[in-house]
Amino acid sequence: MASSGSGYDLSSSTFSPDGRIFQIEYASKAVENAGTALGLRCRDGIVLCVEKPLVHKMLVSETTGRRIHTVDSHSGVAITGFVSDGRQIVGRARDEAANYLETYGTTIPPEVLTSRISSYVHYFTLHGALRPFGASTLVAAYDPGTKEHSLHMVEPSGVSYEYYGCSAGRGRQSARTEMEKLAINPKQGEGELIDVQEAVKQLAKIIYTLYDESKDKPFELEMSWLCEGSGWRHEGVPKDVIASAVEWAKKEIEEAEEEDDDEMEE
Amino acid sequence: MSLSLQAGGSATRALSSTAPSATTSHTTSPITTGTSVLAIKYRSGVLLAADTLVSYGSMAKYKNARRLLPINSSTLIGGSGEYSDLQSVTELLKRNALEDRCTADSLYNEESNEECAKEVWSYLRAVMYNRRSKMNPLWNDLVVAGFKKNEDGTISDEPFLGLVDKIGTAYEDDILATGFGSYIALPLMREKYRPDMEEGEARALLEDCLRILFYRDCRALNRVQIAKVTRDGKCLVSEPYELDTYWDFKGFVNSKAGLGTDGGW
Repeated sequence: MASSGSGYDLSSSTFSPDGRIFQIEYASKAVENAGTALGLRCRDGIVLCVEKPLVHKMLVSETTGRRIHTVDSHSGVAITGFVSDGRQIVGRARDEAANYLETYGTTIPPEVLTSRISSYVHYFTLHGALRPFGASTLVAAYDPGTKEHSLHMVEPSGVSYEYYGCSAGRGRQSARTEMEKLAINPKQGEGELIDVQEAVKQLAKIIYTLYDESKDKPFELEMSWLCEGSGWRHEGVPKDVIASAVEWAKKEIEEAEEEDDDEMEE
Repeated sequence: MSLSLQAGGSATRALSSTAPSATTSHTTSPITTGTSVLAIKYRSGVLLAADTLVSYGSMAKYKNARRLLPINSSTLIGGSGEYSDLQSVTELLKRNALEDRCTADSLYNEESNEECAKEVWSYLRAVMYNRRSKMNPLWNDLVVAGFKKNEDGTISDEPFLGLVDKIGTAYEDDILATGFGSYIALPLMREKYRPDMEEGEARALLEDCLRILFYRDCRALNRVQIAKVTRDGKCLVSEPYELDTYWDFKGFVNSKAGLGTDGGW
């Protein structure tokens, strides 16, 4: 890769002459090759969803290598990229949440949690001796004070934004296009927005639409929510709900394909 | 703000105290205290009872302090003694419960492997003994109520009731009382207790004991709470309510002064 960075890519403490930090770009590349992670803010909560590639046939996948983690009673994060890097971020997020509770006696607000995670991730882009995190983090959190829920994403550069729909990993571009079609824009007004039940189905559909059986590794679908129904606690979406969402998604995709075929014949 | 890897954002404060030196002395007597906690097993679970008074010496200072507290979804603790220590113990247990939930193998509650009452009790024993061995005790007698776990980690049908005192002594029993209650209420409870008591009976017994404690214990109050853990793993703590009292007993009304006694009541 000598040509791509031409000497300016050895450390994240040095800019290239055209103002880029290559190490951060490479870290982002690492995320772009990992399983797709999706987050959706709905009327009554937030849904996180990660495609976990099964790297080995004999893997015990249910309890190991999880991508979605609980950080606090009212917040959860989904990670994608280098899972080991992601776990480091998860650990830090838990520390921050616990520290905030200990200091102020209230649950950490979503913006504060996100900015603390951001600062941590950003720190690793400042020193020559450190390597930036090769992981993106989707933060779903509820603020019991304001009674509002929000979704943020922290990228390897340490930058973070709030979203009402976001994605990271391999399928992020097409997933974003698909998510834009859903009724999630807050401008549409409260009543128009989709609920978490519907979001679970739609996210499953997006993941399966992007999946190419002949090309991609088999995967497991991990989903969690933080919603009115779960008492605003971060919990796994019940397995039977995921199963029926997947079934529905597959059927939808099949039907759409049949329609396409019919049109072609005409 | 300087660059730092320390957790806690810009508000980091030193929460840890300075290291004790050889001459450091700790608080070994309480300042703000709650009095008795009573507990009894009944047919379908465990009941706890306590009043809501926290005293500052012999002054009734806080009259609406809760001393029966759920620390996870299926375990209750009741505490007498130093109220600030009780708050600190509760925070500790809640923090542990949250950490258990965050670091569980699964995102699903039914697989969460939450600590059962017996584990909490055993843990508290270690904490209390450790602290007293450093001559820095947590000045509480704690009652832990809930259900035991089966071998496979699921919650069993067997209720659990245990006590840990301020020096780390721990024991289990079907009926327990701390503080003044262990002198006044425990004998009464022993007399009336049956393993198959209905909730109503057990509750009536506890209320009677609390009322008697209110009559005889200067640091007790008739504003009380009752809490229960039931077989389906639910903790319920009642709102504080007031017990009816009857002060017209002859012994309460007639002063013994001038009757050839020492003049007391």
